[in-house]
Amino acid sequence: MNAIAPVGRSLAPFEARLDGIADPVRHAAVGELRRVGLPGPRVEAWRYTHLRPLAGHEFREAAASFDADVVGCALDEVLPRDGLLASTPRLVLVNGRFAPELSSPANGVALPEGVMFERFLASPEFDALATPEREPLVALNTALATDGVRLSVAEGAAVGRIVLVSVAFAGEETVSFHPRHSVSLGTGASLELIEVAVSSGNNASAVTYFHNPVLTCSVGEGAKLTHVKVQKEAAGATHLATVYANIATRGAYDSFTLGLGADLARHEVHARLSGAKAAVHVNGAQLLGEKQVGDITSVITHAAPDCISRQTIRNVLTDHARGVFQGKVHVHQIAQKTDGYQMNQALLLSPHAEIDAKPELEIYADDVKCSHGATVGALDDEQLFYLRSRGVPEAQARRILVEAFLLEVLDLHEDEAGRALLDTALGAALSLRIGREQILEQTAGEASE
Amino acid sequence: MSDFLNISGLHARIDADGAPKEILRGVDLVIPPGEVHAIMGPNGSGKSTLSYVLAGREDYEVTSGSVSFKGQDLLAMEPEERAAAGVFLAFQAPIELPGVNNANFLRTAVNAVRRARGDAELDAVAFLKTVRAATKKLSMSDEMLKRNVNVGFSGGEKKRNEVLQMTMLQPSLAILDETDSGLDVDALRIVADGVNALRSPTFSALVITHHQRLLDYLNPDRVHVMARGRIVHSGGAELAKEIDVQGYASFLAEAA
Repeated sequence: MNAIAPVGRSLAPFEARLDGIADPVRHAAVGELRRVGLPGPRVEAWRYTHLRPLAGHEFREAAASFDADVVGCALDEVLPRDGLLASTPRLVLVNGRFAPELSSPANGVALPEGVMFERFLASPEFDALATPEREPLVALNTALATDGVRLSVAEGAAVGRIVLVSVAFAGEETVSFHPRHSVSLGTGASLELIEVAVSSGNNASAVTYFHNPVLTCSVGEGAKLTHVKVQKEAAGATHLATVYANIATRGAYDSFTLGLGADLARHEVHARLSGAKAAVHVNGAQLLGEKQVGDITSVITHAAPDCISRQTIRNVLTDHARGVFQGKVHVHQIAQKTDGYQMNQALLLSPHAEIDAKPELEIYADDVKCSHGATVGALDDEQLFYLRSRGVPEAQARRILVEAFLLEVLDLHEDEAGRALLDTALGAALSLRIGREQILEQTAGEASE
Repeated sequence: MSDFLNISGLHARIDADGAPKEILRGVDLVIPPGEVHAIMGPNGSGKSTLSYVLAGREDYEVTSGSVSFKGQDLLAMEPEERAAAGVFLAFQAPIELPGVNNANFLRTAVNAVRRARGDAELDAVAFLKTVRAATKKLSMSDEMLKRNVNVGFSGGEKKRNEVLQMTMLQPSLAILDETDSGLDVDALRIVADGVNALRSPTFSALVITHHQRLLDYLNPDRVHVMARGRIVHSGGAELAKEIDVQGYASFLAEAA
């Protein structure tokens, strides 16, 4: 095998499950995987993010059974019963398998009208937006996907929010799951998709599993898809997600990803602006510590004129954590009047923390506005002193400044419930990473009453 | 009984591109409780450095001398401990804190100081009541509370925001580092009113200024001239008027 795939990493962790796949699409994906292997550091797109943590394991398919109480606790924690999202329609997957008994409508909340929902399992067809021949992780998903959710929003329907939760329930075995999701919005439709990836159980740090979702989003003319994602997988987990979005004329894909968990995580977005005056936002934040690696990679293709792309990413890295941002903007010759903006900023709180940033602009049109930038820095001594001179203890002052740095990018996400989820997840992560001091007192919310 | 603030033989230096540069060269200054003292002096004489050293900024190294504040060794305390003990520095150039809401910042500071002083913390309602009363007195709009700390504030708004913080933190020693610079007459009056409102037998202020005008409103008990890192001359309120007319030349000659 090595002789055929000299640059790639071994498929050994999955080999047992790749044999004997008959379905032609999956079979082609396996063939592609066998040809290139899993990407190694010599593949440019994977230069900074190494898949070493996958080696040495044998990832099995997760069993269908799980402890409903343990999973229920994890759900209550991420979607508190008194929270804004308690009565929001939800679709829950456990170890990549749709769990109807935990999802709408079984949990008492109906799916909104105008939405067609179907399990991937019911008719396992692969969306043409994804490209397994170019992305090995998508090929792996294609080969091994068993379930997922498929949502279609009818023309003109504004259906509000739907929560998509992935709960990892790890037993004795090292498992991997490869859910395949797709969302499709008809002309003028709108949807706010709130995606959460968590693990259940207390002994989460000892758990090794691999979550490899693929989501394809088809945004119709004048439609708007808002997508917020909170990733807080178990500390030993690997999370490698790929999102494909195609945005038609005047459509918008507005996304925000918050990376907090996993040992190794990558959120990779391929967005194609295929109709005039379409818009895409790929915003995000990461707060990482210990030896975590978090990667946000985007490939934005301006294939039509007058489109807007916006990317603002902020990273806070402590201990030995490493952040990666790769942002490619590809402007076709036809895409005149393109307006692109990309900014990656990092706050390094330890001498051992690292950020790797790689902007790539490939522009074939002559009338475009494309800017990109990156900043790296430590906490500002003057700001720290200012806070301390007002009586705020140092640890609390540090936390306030870190939180402020991240809140500025969270402010880009406007949906109230999505924002509440982001705030809660970030608050918990700040307590874990930055110190257990009392947080900034909240006055503004009460002031507006 | 120890003095309220007693600075004695204070020497301090800063690292200037790898070479230590001595800025304070033996400052002696005593401020009794209940008094307002002014420090005047040419640029570069060490006035701001003195204020930073008193507030606890770490990039200045105290090489000798002592500062006692209400009987405690001020130089041994962390900046936040000094604030809790009652020291407040109004910054010459107030720092911007992007992403930090001004009202939340104020409440966090007020409650941190109250906790350290053993007072009950203010809940949101009590805090808002207090802060609204304070902003009204300072002719500040409530809108300034909703903005990020000093971000996008005009020079005058920043200075007013410093006075608001001072009012809310109830210090026993306020150090005003050129809080009057760049202010129009109305704003100047507001700053002065802010200080005067705090005046009591247990409150003192050290006012660093270049201008006679602020002192007209504050009516200081003592005026000191600082030059080349030392206090070179002290006198009553009339000294400020003298300087306004004659400048510093005669005092510099005296110091040399």
